[in-house]
Parts: sequence; C-alpha cells; structure tokens
Amino acid sequence: METYTLLRVFADSWYLLFMTLFFVGIVVWAFRPGSRKLQDDAASSIFRNDDRPVREGASAPSQNLGRSQGAH
Amino acid sequence: MWDYVKLIVLAAVAVIAAYAASHARDLAFLVHMIIFMLFAVGFFLWQIRHMGETVHNQNEYMDGVVRFGVIATAFWGVVGFLVGVVVAFQLAFPNLNLEILQGYGNFGRLRPLHTSAVIFAFGGNALLATSFYVVQRTTAARLFGGNAGWFIFWGYQMFILMAATGYVLGSTQGQEYAEPEWLTDLWLTIVWVAYLATFLGTIIKRKEPHIYVANWFYLSFIVTIAMLHVVNNMVVPVSFWGSRSVQVMSGVQDAMTQWWYGHNAVGFFLTAGFLGMMYYFVPKQAERPVYSYKLSIIHFWALIFLYIWAGPHHLHYTALPDWASTLGMVFSIVLWMPSWGGMINGLMTLSGAWDKLRTDPVIRMMVIAIGFYGMSTFEGPMMSIRAVNSLSHYTDWTIGHVHSGALGWNGMITFASLYFLVPALWKRDRLYSLTLVSWHFWLATIGIVLYAASMWVTGILEGLMWREVDANGFLVNSFADTVAAKFPMYVVRALGGVMYLTGALIMVYNLWMTVRKVGAAKPAAAAVAAE
Repeated sequence: METYTLLRVFADSWYLLFMTLFFVGIVVWAFRPGSRKLQDDAASSIFRNDDRPVREGASAPSQNLGRSQGAH
Repeated sequence: MWDYVKLIVLAAVAVIAAYAASHARDLAFLVHMIIFMLFAVGFFLWQIRHMGETVHNQNEYMDGVVRFGVIATAFWGVVGFLVGVVVAFQLAFPNLNLEILQGYGNFGRLRPLHTSAVIFAFGGNALLATSFYVVQRTTAARLFGGNAGWFIFWGYQMFILMAATGYVLGSTQGQEYAEPEWLTDLWLTIVWVAYLATFLGTIIKRKEPHIYVANWFYLSFIVTIAMLHVVNNMVVPVSFWGSRSVQVMSGVQDAMTQWWYGHNAVGFFLTAGFLGMMYYFVPKQAERPVYSYKLSIIHFWALIFLYIWAGPHHLHYTALPDWASTLGMVFSIVLWMPSWGGMINGLMTLSGAWDKLRTDPVIRMMVIAIGFYGMSTFEGPMMSIRAVNSLSHYTDWTIGHVHSGALGWNGMITFASLYFLVPALWKRDRLYSLTLVSWHFWLATIGIVLYAASMWVTGILEGLMWREVDANGFLVNSFADTVAAKFPMYVVRALGGVMYLTGALIMVYNLWMTVRKVGAAKPAAAAVAAE
C-alpha cells in the first residue's frame, strides 16, 4: 500500500476514533464527581502568590486550603 | 565558572560572525552577521563587568525580564501600527511609494515589515512577557533556567531585528507570515527551544498542585509554533555565507503546508496564546475567578483538536483536492463551538460585576476584546464556506477580517494586560490616568470600526465587480476599475489606522507617567506575607 493511502486510511479510522474518545474522555473527566472542589481551588489560585513564590520546602497554600475547604 | 563559559561562547560568536560578515554574499546576510556580532560583543562587555554577580533568589519572581517584555511590547506595537498606517496611505495614494525609497521602502517591502512587526514583535513580546508573568504567579515558582529568560528575550529581539532588516533588504522566502530566510529561522528555533524548556521547567517545579488553564493555552502555543515553524521552513541554504535558500517542498504540498502553518499561526499564536492572557488577566482585573473552570478545560481541548485542521480553507478553488478543502471548511465551522464557548466563559466571568464596566475602562477594554474575538471567530468560519469564499477570497474583506481579529482581539487584550501589568510590575498604586485609558479605548474602538466597515464595503464591492459579466459573458470590469472604485474606502481605512495608532501613543504616555509620577503601592501585601 502507498504511504499516502496507508496514512489516509489510518487517519480517518483509528486515529479519528482515538481523538473522539480522547475528547469525550476529557469532557467526562471535567465533569467527574468531586471535581468541583479542585476546579474551584484552581480557578482561585490566581489570587494567591502575587508577590513572591512559595518558599522552598514549604507546601503550597492551596494544599492546606484544599483540605479545609469542606467548611464551605 | 559558568560565567567564563559564557564569555568564551560570546567571544567565539563575535569572531565567527565577523568572519562570516566578511564573506557575506548579500547585503541582508552582512547586516544579520553584524547584528550577531554587535549583540555578542555587547553581552560580552556586560558579562565581563558583572562576573559572578548574578544570583537567582528562588524566593523572588523574575520580573525584570517581564518589565523589559512590557516595554518591548509597547515599543514594537507603536512601530508596527506606524508602518501599518504608512502602507495604508501608500495603498490609497501610490505616490507615497517615493522614488528614493524604491527597493527599500515601497509597499512590497513594507507590507511584511508591518505584518511581522505587529504579529511577531508586538504580539510575540506580549506573549513572552505575559507568559513569564502568568506562569510564575500560577505555579508560585521562580522562572526556571536562571538567565534563560533573558536569553529568550534578547534572542527574540534579535530575531525581530533580523527579520525586519531582511524584509527591507529583500531577503524573503516569500511565504506569508513565514518570510524570514533560513538563518533567521534557525536562530528563532534555538530561542524557541529555550522558551519551551524555560516554560516547561517552571511548570515542572511548580508549588501549586494544579496547572492553571492559562498555562495550558500558553504551552500549546509554544509547542505548536515550534512544530509549525520547523515543518514550514524546511529549506536548503544556497550557501553558508548567503541568506538565500531553496525550499524542499513545492507545488500543492508546499501550498498546503504553508496554510497549515499560516492558519495555525492564527490559531495558536494569535488565539491560544492570547486566550492564556484572557484566562489570567480578565479574572484578575474583575477580581473574580473564571466563570466556569469546566468550560475552560473543554474549551482548551476542543480548540486545539479542531484548529489544526482548518488550514485548507485558505486554498478553495486551487489545485488542492476537494476533500481536503472541504475538510478544512467543516473543521472551521465546527470551531464556532469552542470559540464561542471561550468567549462566553470570558464574558460571564464578569457576571455579578458588570458595574465594573462603568467604572473601570480596563475591564471595558477586555470586554471589547472578547467581543471582537467572538465576532471575528464568527466571521472567519463563515468566510471559510466555499460559496462565501468565492466572493470574499483575494478581496479586502479578508484584510478587514484579519484586522478585526488582530486590532480588536489581540490588540485590545494586550493593551488591557499592559494596563494591568505596569502598576503590578513597577509596584505603583494605580494607573496615571483612567481618563486617558478611556480615550485610548474609544480611539481604538472607533478606529477598528472604521477599518472593518470600510474593508467590508470594499471587499464585497471588489468581489462583485470581479465576477460581473455582461450579456455576452465578458467581464465588465478590469482590475484597475476596482482599484479606482476602492479609493474612498482606502482613505477611511487609513484614518481608522491613524486613530488606532493615536490610541496606542496615548497608552505609552499613560504607562510612562504611571511609572514616573504615580506613588508606590501601599506595602500592605508585603506586611501580610512577612507574618
């Protein structure tokens, strides 16, 4: 089989299937149960650490925040 | 020790560049070698005066390079807009292609200078500066790689200088948005690999557990541009001592590769990278987290999966097979979904804070940027439909579309980011004048409206005139007839450009005065961090 034909057949069959499933997987992953808390934490991460990095060895504030977030 | 290695490398580069300059076969190559030599000598002298001084404090962000990036963005923005205004007037009044400038300053030489200056110099520096700022803040880590950030910044300015001088001196491989010749391309590749390593290295050593969505957009921009750049610039140099080269691909393969490159330069340079800016600076300025983080994840993956296929819509009715151009058209239309999803996500970030539109002209600028993003990502897929394309292609409608995206979306979101960054980076309390921001906003907005509207009119006029046939099937209009008919719209377009340039000059003044005249920010944040 010609390289062109081979690649073309692969592209519009298995690779198309792979990409579709990958994308569906991303959507399912984004909506998985329990993701909201992590996503809220990530979305608000831009409001932390504005002035300086987290010190070497210290854990990020978000990790503490994540644990205490059950409160609200 | 490392400093001595740097000295040796810089000295070697300077000597090799001087030797190459003496062997140069054309003027552009000579100029490029002199640029290399001057930069190498400059950094050699700087290094020798600062031996062993560079210390990288991991408890501080590397903001010096971001400050330089902000200045470069404003500078190249004004240069690029100015060249744009000049070429717009040259189109309206051909006499402005002055006789003494022939071969250097005529439209054909200045046009790539304008496009590269605004896309790669203005947009590229905006992306460099904001990506370095955002990746450090969202990973809570200092930029990776020591002085690599500085190498990337200065290396990129060298690339801009080489590209710009090359265009004026006629060194071009003639591919739209990929005009620089092999040597400039190789240099950009080196800089870009350093950029990827620095960005990725910062993400790898992050202190935040999650990689914030803006970084995903920036990373896809860096990776994809590397791929596009290498594949579309596969050439064989004619000589080591000259700027000319011969392309590896030819014919329809070359055309398809060029527009795969060209459209994804739009998709990943001007869209994904700038969406990274949107996902950081809009929530920051609105002081509210992004509307939906889930939507941002889906937006990202949908956008990068779809954009890469849209290129063939630039080649309708050409030697490209029909299936390929249909594929490009279909994927362009599917792109409506992620584009509008992203637009909604950006706009809805302001839900509950819409009152800020009244009080904060920077937010207003962000909203108009996102609005233009939505408008041009609606217009683009529409123009990619084969039937619409038969009217719009090769006309000024395309130019209007590009500018509503570039001036409206890229320009406005960059201006807004600069207004956010300057007080943050120079530790100023506020901007010098919000009134001047409002002036900038209105000048730029009205300028874009004049630009886009005049180009719609002339584009559709051109398209209709070109296809008009009489009862016997002969074309009614010659090309020169359309040129004459377009004159008033060309004047309006140039005036729109003047307004946009004026707005940018007001911004530069405002940012300059912010740094010079506004008092230092209250040290409240520092006091909290010291507890």
